[in-house]
Amino acid sequence: MLDKTEGYSTADGRQIGGVLMEMKNITLRFGGVVAIKDISFDIRQGEIRAIIGPNGAGKSSMLNVISGFYHPQEGEVWFKGYRRGPMKPYEVARLGIARTFQNIALFDGMSVLDNIMTGRLNRMKSGLLSQALWWGAAEREENENREQVEKIIDFLEIQNIRKTPVGRLPYGLKKRVELARALAAEPQILLLDEPMAGMNVEEKEDMSRFILDVNDEFGTTIALIEHDMGVVMDLSDRVVVMDYGRKIGDGNPDEVRRNQDVIDAYLGVAHD
Amino acid sequence: MTDPQAPTGELHSIPALLARNVGRFGNRPAYREKEFGIWQSWTWAEAADEIRALALGLLVLGLKPGDYVAIIGRNRPAHYWGMIAAQMCGAIPVPLYQDAVAEEMAYVMDHCGARFVLCGDQEQVDKVLEVEETVTGIEQIIYTDKRGMRKYDHARMNALSDVQDEGRAAAQRLGAELDARIAALDYDSTCVMLYTSGTTGKPKGVVLSNRNIIETSKNSAQFDHLSQREEIVAYLPMAWVGDFIFSVGQALWAGFTVNCPEGAHTMMTDMREIGPTYFFAPPRVFENQLTTVMIRMEDAGRVKRWLFRHFMDVARRVGPALLDGKQVGTGDRLSYALGNLFVYGPLKNTLGLSRVRVGYTAGEAIGPEIFDFYRSLGINLKQLYGQTEASVFITQQPDGQVRSDTVGVPSPGVEVRIAENGEVFYRSPGTFVEYYKNADSTASTKDAQGWVATGDAGFFEDATGHLRIIDRAKDVGKMADGNMFAPKYVENKLKFYPNILEAVVIGNGRDYCTAMINIDLNAVGNWAERNNIAYASYQELAGHPQVYATIREHVEAVNRSVAEDPMLSGCQVHRFLVLHKELDPDDGEMTRTRKVRRAVINDKFADLVAALYDGSDSIYTETEVTYEDGRKGKITATLKIEDAQVFGDAQGQKVAAE
Repeated sequence: MLDKTEGYSTADGRQIGGVLMEMKNITLRFGGVVAIKDISFDIRQGEIRAIIGPNGAGKSSMLNVISGFYHPQEGEVWFKGYRRGPMKPYEVARLGIARTFQNIALFDGMSVLDNIMTGRLNRMKSGLLSQALWWGAAEREENENREQVEKIIDFLEIQNIRKTPVGRLPYGLKKRVELARALAAEPQILLLDEPMAGMNVEEKEDMSRFILDVNDEFGTTIALIEHDMGVVMDLSDRVVVMDYGRKIGDGNPDEVRRNQDVIDAYLGVAHD
Repeated sequence: MTDPQAPTGELHSIPALLARNVGRFGNRPAYREKEFGIWQSWTWAEAADEIRALALGLLVLGLKPGDYVAIIGRNRPAHYWGMIAAQMCGAIPVPLYQDAVAEEMAYVMDHCGARFVLCGDQEQVDKVLEVEETVTGIEQIIYTDKRGMRKYDHARMNALSDVQDEGRAAAQRLGAELDARIAALDYDSTCVMLYTSGTTGKPKGVVLSNRNIIETSKNSAQFDHLSQREEIVAYLPMAWVGDFIFSVGQALWAGFTVNCPEGAHTMMTDMREIGPTYFFAPPRVFENQLTTVMIRMEDAGRVKRWLFRHFMDVARRVGPALLDGKQVGTGDRLSYALGNLFVYGPLKNTLGLSRVRVGYTAGEAIGPEIFDFYRSLGINLKQLYGQTEASVFITQQPDGQVRSDTVGVPSPGVEVRIAENGEVFYRSPGTFVEYYKNADSTASTKDAQGWVATGDAGFFEDATGHLRIIDRAKDVGKMADGNMFAPKYVENKLKFYPNILEAVVIGNGRDYCTAMINIDLNAVGNWAERNNIAYASYQELAGHPQVYATIREHVEAVNRSVAEDPMLSGCQVHRFLVLHKELDPDDGEMTRTRKVRRAVINDKFADLVAALYDGSDSIYTETEVTYEDGRKGKITATLKIEDAQVFGDAQGQKVAAE
């Protein structure tokens, strides 16, 4: 077991830091249904942490617990050394947690640029009046934020669709725009809910490269849920495997690949 | 007023021209690049400062006179600066095609023995590192874009901005040395070395001197009255001689502004924002634009379609005459003015061609219909004929004497003669010095008097004195019945149809001609969408019976028009097939400048060629393909072969053969 403050080195030589977020004995129930049963794991500074599992394993619920959207009935969530209570969505965002969604949640009628700008709302402080009049602080703020957004546009190579309404874009690009919006918030933890779902091989390769680049360039900690085992094993530093709401494996991709419970869960054995 | 470009003193190198421009146009924009959504701009004075810092930085790194500096990247001011900075140090810039795979680069880098490499980004650096597995001698790698580069071993690798910073710090120490090196440059020192794309064999390094580049730039700038107020968009590969002449030679001579787009995908938007006044593009770019326009028009509403068709008819009738300053009736003038208001103006604006004063197309013959389309809109599009060995210009069309089937009169300072076998020869101040490390090829291309063989067959029209090019001299052949065989002539006619992207006509020494055709996925895909035809891949669409029927119509229409030319009527296409893959430079089927490599195609698709002549209806084939990352794969397909109707004398060809 790793020490909480000491990091570790990854196979490709990156240095991973101490614990950024820790889940302690999380149990989440919806009425009589137990979605997550007594799960503990941690996410360390700078790592790419994947949560995998078959359909209905409770992965998305887990991500929603991490993001603060669900508050577990039992267990504790610790973030940056503090225990986290129930929170409103804007409080989560202010903490430095951003996410993308499994079924894209962008504003279809707005341009790519405007969509990404919404990711920076938290950083705009000027009042309603000055925003409406486009005067003083509002103008300066918008310019500063636009600069940040343009850097992200450049980073994700979507300059050519800057002014295109999101509704007209193909699926793979929408996913990239969503990633851009999440990045615009300059998060400490980026949560990606099935970033590769429904993509073709080329789009998957692009997305993998962007995820690695984001992690490398901005040092953003990333937690992701993904079905595509190949992608997960290539991308992530450590993997949590869930099945029927329980944790059945946790470790680096090689360890997980050798884990008998994981193999059973994926190939399917009879549950008693 | 005196001519602002008139030379003063010794302007015998690009750095000397740069210094002149700082003096004369110091505060005018020299370079612009769109980055982070905003056009960043550098005046001549600022650019000179950046270039000097970079040159000093290269000195710090130990660049020696006579060294070769490879430059690989997209069109960015920093890369143009890199070339000029290398020249200042007495080194020779060698721009390379950025989409070349590592293997191709390895040959060139080994051949020129580059000590320094300037890379655009991580992708190019990776390729250079791969090249280094086989090639030794690369000592320093400099990269422009820092993204993703942090993890690399920087023992002999530097970011361009860091090199400049070190250069600025060393200004006191090395300034005198740099000035001495600049002063040592003369008219005969090498300006640049460009590798020809090579439709046959290995690329050859064409050595061009300062005299070649500067004389050519001066002459051609005067020919078209280029001033310091021109705006160009630099988007063509930096390794291509055209880009070097336009974005470096002429830009430095005339002192105009070079605008670099944000990236390849934003080209159209950036064009529209800049509105270039001087524009250069190979026919393919114009073809693609026209295809896009036509597709959009077919999707438009009925009123718009009618407006477009009506006024394009007017334009076709009146436009070219107006552009050439000929007599046009008042009624037609009025119609054209209306058309300009409703159709041509907005269309030109969309294409980013509103302000074009002089436009050139070259590299390949352009389809007459495509050419006339742009001319009829009032765009002064002209043709020129040239090659790397001539520093581009051999012939070009003067304003007012533009036709689609000629390439114009000899450029200023160029002599042209036609050999007995029809091959075109030229001699000019732009004639290259030599092929690097290849005295044999130099001797076989350029004779003692300086005449260079172009490899193209052509003739001068008696009435106008304009040169007409028929085809590559080695491609022009004879068919079995003695008829002249000029494949490109037919291919160009086929390629005018938006549905056809590429065509290869076969028939040298044969009884009759056949063709292999590539469909244009944009145009045909759009048609399929509108007609609810489902397809999963390029291959499936290419094999669709309705696609075949459409292509047959095109082939037959071309046959009808070829039949009208008595000299070439034997070149009608009797049988054709639609290829299951796009011809691709990565597979060696085309050059990087997208010219078909006939020998490779004949060899690689030998089974298809055989099937075209043995009368079979279909053929099963396996083809190796190379993906963008260099991996290889295989695709299999069963291709149909169809007959097309031919006209006139050609009807007898196949019967005779059977």
